[in-house]
Amino acid sequence: MTTAAPAPPATARVPAQARAAAPRRGGGPAVRRSARVRPYSLTGGRTRFGHVLLVETFVGAPAAPRAAGPGPDVPAPGPGGLASRVLPEARAILGLCRRLRSVAEVAALLKMPLGVVRVLIADLADQGRIRVYGSGHTPGRPDRALLERVLSGLRRL
Amino acid sequence: MDYADSDPSPDAPAGEEGAASWQTDLSRAPAATKIVIAGGFGVGKTTFVGSVSEITPLRTEAVMTSAGEGVDDPDAVPGKATTTVAMDFGRITLDADLVLYLFGTPGQKRFWFMWDDLVRGAIGAVVMVDTRRLADCFPALDYFESGGLPYVVAVNHFEGTPRHEAGAVREALALAPDVPVLIMDARRRVGVVETLLTLVGRALDVSPGVPGVPGATGVPAARGAARGVNPA
Ligand SMILES: Nc1nc2c(ncn2[C@@H]2O[C@H](COP(=O)(O)OP(=O)(O)OP(=O)(O)O)[C@@H](O)[C@H]2O)c(=O)[nH]1
Ligand SMILES: [Mg+2]
Repeated sequence: MTTAAPAPPATARVPAQARAAAPRRGGGPAVRRSARVRPYSLTGGRTRFGHVLLVETFVGAPAAPRAAGPGPDVPAPGPGGLASRVLPEARAILGLCRRLRSVAEVAALLKMPLGVVRVLIADLADQGRIRVYGSGHTPGRPDRALLERVLSGLRRL
Repeated sequence: MDYADSDPSPDAPAGEEGAASWQTDLSRAPAATKIVIAGGFGVGKTTFVGSVSEITPLRTEAVMTSAGEGVDDPDAVPGKATTTVAMDFGRITLDADLVLYLFGTPGQKRFWFMWDDLVRGAIGAVVMVDTRRLADCFPALDYFESGGLPYVVAVNHFEGTPRHEAGAVREALALAPDVPVLIMDARRRVGVVETLLTLVGRALDVSPGVPGVPGATGVPAARGAARGVNPA
C-alpha cells in the first residue's frame, strides 16, 4: 500500500441493532406482511393443496399422449381455477414444462409476471396436470448437509 | 457442466440455450437452492450473476398491488398502487442432482414485499456495494440484518475509482466484525465464485448443529437478544 485511499463517504448508517429501541415505521415484519395484499395470493408460497412454489421450485409436465382424446394439455371443463380460464397461458406453461423448469424460468421464458405464473402453476398442480418437485431438502433455511454440498460444488467450478 | 443436448427442441422457446441433462428426465428433479444478490441500481448485480451462470441471465418481473395504508412505503399513494420489480437470475448446475440459482434484485425498501418471498429458503445474500454510492446498500443490509439471513458484503470495485480497504468499508457500513467483506470485480468469475464460497461458509458458520457456536438461528445470540427480535 503506497497511497492511502480516501475513506469511503462518511454516510452515517445506523445498524439495525442500534435502532431496535427506536419506534419503527410499520412496526416490523409482521405488520409489513399483513398490510400488503398480493395480487394473487399464495400463503407461504403454498398452493391450496400444499404444493410449495418458490422461485427455484422445479415443475414438469410430460408430453400429452397423442390421439388419445383430451390429453393433459386440454383443461378439464367445469369449475376450475384461473388456469382453466386462461387457456393459452396454461397451455404455454405445459408446453414449456416438458423440460424440467424452475418457476422463475417459466415466468422469464414466457415473459409473464412471476405472481401470475405461480397462480397458474398452482392451479395446474392442484388439477394434477403439472408436477411440482420437492426442493430435495427440508423446508426453511438449508441444512448443513446441503450447504456442504453447495460448497464442494462451488469448489469444483 | 452437464449440457446434454444443444439441439433446438420444439419445446424450447426461440433463443433458448440447450437443456441441461437433468432437464430432460422428468422422473426426478435435482435439489434446488438459491442465493440472493442484492444492492442498489447499477451496482453490478446482473454482471455478477452473468459471470458464473451457465445460462445468459434471465429476467422476470413481479408486479405488486398495494392496498390500504401502505404503512412501510413512503411512495405508496392512498388507495391502490402498483410496483413492478425486475429480477435477473442465473443458474449453476453444481452436480447432477444439485442446482443453484442466483437471483439479482434491487434493494430499495419499496421492493421489500418481494424479498419476503424471494429469501424464503435461501442460503443467504450477497449485498453488493459501490463505494461511490454507499447509502444505496443500506436498505439491503437492514433487511438481512433484521431478518437474520446470512449475508456477505461484496464491494464491486469499478476501475479508475478509489480503492477502499475492507476495514474502512466495514466501518462505514457499521458491520458486525464477523460479517465477511470482500473487494471484488463482478466481471471476473474467480472473484464471484470466491464471494459465493465465502457466503456459503458464512451460512455454515451460523447454521445450527455445531457445538459451541451460539448463532443457532443465524443471528448471533448477543445481537438478537440486544434487539429483542425473534429470528424467523
Ligand atoms: N468497470 C466496471 N464496470 C462494471 C463492473 N460491474 C458492472 N459494471 C458495469 O456497470 C453497469 C451496471 O452493471 P449491472 O450488472 O447491469 O448492474 P445491476 O446492479 O444489475 O443494475 P440494475 O439491474 O439496473 O440495478 C454495466 O454497464 C456493467 O457492465 C465492474 O466491476 N467494473
Ligand atoms: Mg440488473
